[in-house]
Amino acid sequence: MDVAAQTINMNDIETVQAPVLVLGLGNILLQDEGVGVAVIERLQRRYRVPDEVELLDGGTSGMSLLEDMCNREHVIVVDAVRTGKPPGTEVVLTGEEVPAFLCNKVSPHQLALSDVLANLALMNESPHQVTVVGMEPLSLETHLGLSDMVASRLQALTERVIEHIEAAGYAVEQLDPESWNNNVSLMTEA
Amino acid sequence: MAKRIVVDPMTRIEGHLRVDCEVDNGKVVKAWSSGQMWRGIELILEGRDPRDAWIITQRICGVCTTVHAVASVRAVENALKLEVPLNAQYIRNMIITAHGIHDHIVHFYQLSALDWVDIVSALQADPAKAAQIAQSLSDWPLNNVTVFKDVQEKLRSFVNTGQLGVFASGYWGHPAMKLPPEINLLAVAHYFQALDYQRTANKIVSVLGSKTPHIQNLAVGGVANPINLDSQSTLTLERLAYIKSVIDELGDFVRKVYMVDVAAIGAMYADWTQYGAGVTNYLSVPDLPLDTMGTQFALPGGYIQNADLSTFKPITGYQDAFFEGGVKESVKHAWYQGGKGALHPYDGETIPQYTDFQDDGKYSWVKAPTFNDKRAQVGPLANVLAMAAAGHEPTTRNLTTVLDMAGAVAGAEIPVAALHSTIGRHAARAVRTAVLHEALEQQWVLLMENIGKGDYDTFNQPEFPKGEIRGVGFHEAPRGVLSHWTVIRDGKIANYQAVVPSTWNAGPRDESDEAGPYEASLMDNPVAEPDKPLEVIRTIHSFDPCLACAIHMVDTEQKEITRVQGVGAQCGVKF
Repeated sequence: MDVAAQTINMNDIETVQAPVLVLGLGNILLQDEGVGVAVIERLQRRYRVPDEVELLDGGTSGMSLLEDMCNREHVIVVDAVRTGKPPGTEVVLTGEEVPAFLCNKVSPHQLALSDVLANLALMNESPHQVTVVGMEPLSLETHLGLSDMVASRLQALTERVIEHIEAAGYAVEQLDPESWNNNVSLMTEA
Repeated sequence: MAKRIVVDPMTRIEGHLRVDCEVDNGKVVKAWSSGQMWRGIELILEGRDPRDAWIITQRICGVCTTVHAVASVRAVENALKLEVPLNAQYIRNMIITAHGIHDHIVHFYQLSALDWVDIVSALQADPAKAAQIAQSLSDWPLNNVTVFKDVQEKLRSFVNTGQLGVFASGYWGHPAMKLPPEINLLAVAHYFQALDYQRTANKIVSVLGSKTPHIQNLAVGGVANPINLDSQSTLTLERLAYIKSVIDELGDFVRKVYMVDVAAIGAMYADWTQYGAGVTNYLSVPDLPLDTMGTQFALPGGYIQNADLSTFKPITGYQDAFFEGGVKESVKHAWYQGGKGALHPYDGETIPQYTDFQDDGKYSWVKAPTFNDKRAQVGPLANVLAMAAAGHEPTTRNLTTVLDMAGAVAGAEIPVAALHSTIGRHAARAVRTAVLHEALEQQWVLLMENIGKGDYDTFNQPEFPKGEIRGVGFHEAPRGVLSHWTVIRDGKIANYQAVVPSTWNAGPRDESDEAGPYEASLMDNPVAEPDKPLEVIRTIHSFDPCLACAIHMVDTEQKEITRVQGVGAQCGVKF
């Protein structure tokens, strides 16, 4: 059905989809809600990931993520997660826990994300594996920037995400501070 | 005895909306619309560089990223009286129209069709008969028995495994569901196809905006798309040709599927042209500027009073005081400190004062906007009526097409007056999608012609003066009039207010206790089963409230008695 994709040479326009998507979700205007986006920014700035891994700041998007999530080998969702544990606690959900997580509405984004995944299931384009790597938020006040507490654990959460990327078989390289990518705007660490 | 229903969606993504209704003798007799979340995001902007405001405002909402970005750069440009190069206008206009088409398709099929279409009934359909009906309505190549059989089998396997997935939460078998099984099957098939075509529309935004969901190519003063027909990393001929192919592909879906489905399904629910009118003062703004200062537009906009198109008064441009001077917001029934009467957005205050839900007092975090001191409905219906009143040819032509198609199915002529209704808002949205699509084609041609003249300009450098300047940026967004208002002092933001479409439509009672559009539209709505208020959801969804919802059923005696998930909210997803 995707006529344009078949008839136009799009090497210049659409790059080949990477098998792994690291998807940061959250509203950066609501403080720790933006922790998933903060992890993406840190990965883009301080690390180099191979071409097989795509880093995406999904913000609070819904249906527009359908294209980004379809048919991936592995989607690693990074998000603020509330399970009742103390603020700053890392939370990792895999396999059957992920749909349960979506249904129990622990994520601020469960409706949008479950919409996308349900529609992908309908299209037979579901990602093969979805992992949620999250952190319990301390504050969801209207404010740009993480709370000090969550900010102090951002590096640990980033490293946890890297573990999952590496477990999927892709090495992540840490950059020297002199080679950090300063073109990445730091919305969440302003 | 009147029974109270509380519909309380839970999504945090676009802000909670709660709707309370009193139902008596099967009809809504009183309604309240309540925003359940305070944002105060405007406060984050104070003291910041106005050139960065759009990057922050596009984070206000996950669905409307692009529209807040556009309104924000326009507000700052308006304050600076800054000209925007033609190429930048055309590129922005293409992003705006492609985003609008994407958004309207998703709204009809993914977010609201299941209010009218019974998935389970589609299993009983005869695919051959469905194909025959579909072919009588449209020559869309996918309207054939093979496709319909496939879709029905897919649906059956979902139902048999107990994995309804995306369809798990609908009100299947509800007495207000009236479509024959074949039409339900046709609609389900098009639901599947719409998933592909909304992606197609989004590709245009991706290519021009450098990235979705958050576009990166805007700038106060233009766009950051360098045009160099030979360079790989810029806007090349190849990219422009690709965009054209996507535009063409989209057009077929809009004309042969979306418009036809809305007309046919609307005709079969003709009784819903009697419900949902609500506030019939309509406000929209002109959009798609065709010159550097915003005095000429591809799409008109303006104000219509009391459903009377002869009262139409156009808004002529970014400098027109008719819009800028007409807007006020009241907080008499909203959880903010008030007492100063309704205030103009430049003087707007956002000081929270939470009181609990008071039926006759304060009950919402949403302010109540007025235009020339009256409530106004915004959205595609308001815009289509304004464009029709302005004699905009593509609008009148596409409107006639939809009304004629609906009339043919209904077997009776359907007048323009039928648009003042729940189903009319869907019809108007389909008309607007067709108009947007033609405008997108036109903007592509304008861009190509202008580049052909050797004009590669995309950006004018802004310079901020000492002292105070103020400006408004408006945009006719998918859900209606969006305006950003900013006061800039010595190059920094001193005040910022966003008056969003949902504020116009979802606002509570105003300074004179007049109901807002959502509230007014629910009056006299039928409700067959108070514990499954599908009809209330239909009318609210027709405004495109931008949220998937779960529902709390509450009565005044016992607190929460049952809870059901609203149409559009899913659970039980399997990978």
